[in-house]
Amino acid sequence: MKWIFLDGIPIYQQIVQIMQIRIANGEYPLGSRLPAVRDLAMEAGVNPNTMQRALSELERSGIVHSERTSGRFVTEDEESMRQLRFMLGKESIDAMFTSLGHLGLSKEEIVQAVTARANELDE
Amino acid sequence: MNMLECHGLTKCYGKVTALDNLDLTLESGRIVGLLGPNGSGKTTLIKLATRLIQPTKGSIMIAGQLPGHATKAITSYLPDREYLPNDLRVKSLLGLYRDFYRDFNEKKALDMLESLDISERMELKKMSKGTKEKVRLILTMSRDAKIYLLDEPIAGVDPAARDYILRTIIQNYSEDALVIISTHLIADVEAVLDEAVFIRQGKLILHQTVDEIRQETGKSVDEHFREVFRC
Repeated sequence: MKWIFLDGIPIYQQIVQIMQIRIANGEYPLGSRLPAVRDLAMEAGVNPNTMQRALSELERSGIVHSERTSGRFVTEDEESMRQLRFMLGKESIDAMFTSLGHLGLSKEEIVQAVTARANELDE
Repeated sequence: MNMLECHGLTKCYGKVTALDNLDLTLESGRIVGLLGPNGSGKTTLIKLATRLIQPTKGSIMIAGQLPGHATKAITSYLPDREYLPNDLRVKSLLGLYRDFYRDFNEKKALDMLESLDISERMELKKMSKGTKEKVRLILTMSRDAKIYLLDEPIAGVDPAARDYILRTIIQNYSEDALVIISTHLIADVEAVLDEAVFIRQGKLILHQTVDEIRQETGKSVDEHFREVFRC
């Protein structure tokens, strides 16, 4: 996940999302230590205070926690990780419902189609 | 702490009013963009802060003091034009900074020069425009100052050099310092700024955090600027 920022959305919110994706996809593994604020800010090319704000936001949501002296760590809790993945996946699911809805499929038909497709992919 | 404080700050050049009754307070720990079109008063404000010129009316304070010897010792200033003797080598420039500024961190400067493969034997006049600009910025940011005044630090250099310059600023400013970057290249600096200050014809138009502007307008600071300053 690269650091690309869109116009018109606060930068710290975009950093939160990029960090969530990086944590969900294992780029920052469970229980691992995150790089220092300034290093992350450098990498992303953003203001250190903005990075700090984004990390505090992640802390509030429980995905990372800070140890007084040793830095910030990704949660070790599998359950909050699972919730994070579902939360991030929701957007793609919504987009799928919208675009398939435009094709005239009902919610039930979409669910059936997804299940059928999942079975096909398993084979 | 208030690092820069202006009250009713006014500067006239003959009949031309370059700064008009400006009230502005900037705190330490921030990177602030001083943004405005050409001739809006950006450089005038910076020159007042460095005491290169004096106010016509009103006041400007740096870390609670009037600009003078004491404030110059804590102010690291990058002018918008060439200010170093062109025939000097990097080694002599380092000597110059060592002699002039007690807060010059030579090791920091040497590390940065090395990371860019700039040799101490290189002469300023033989460098490309981008390299010169980087050397100037390295010297400016290698001081452990309390206020950095960077007048158009990224004008006239390519995007890769811009990127390097901005990262150097992020990496080197200390948390108790204030960094002021004057520029009209807003899109390039936006992500690096805490706050944006818009000035037009010497007047303060807006002073907000970058994320507040994005949240409230649904636009980037660059787009918002283009709207505010549409000709």
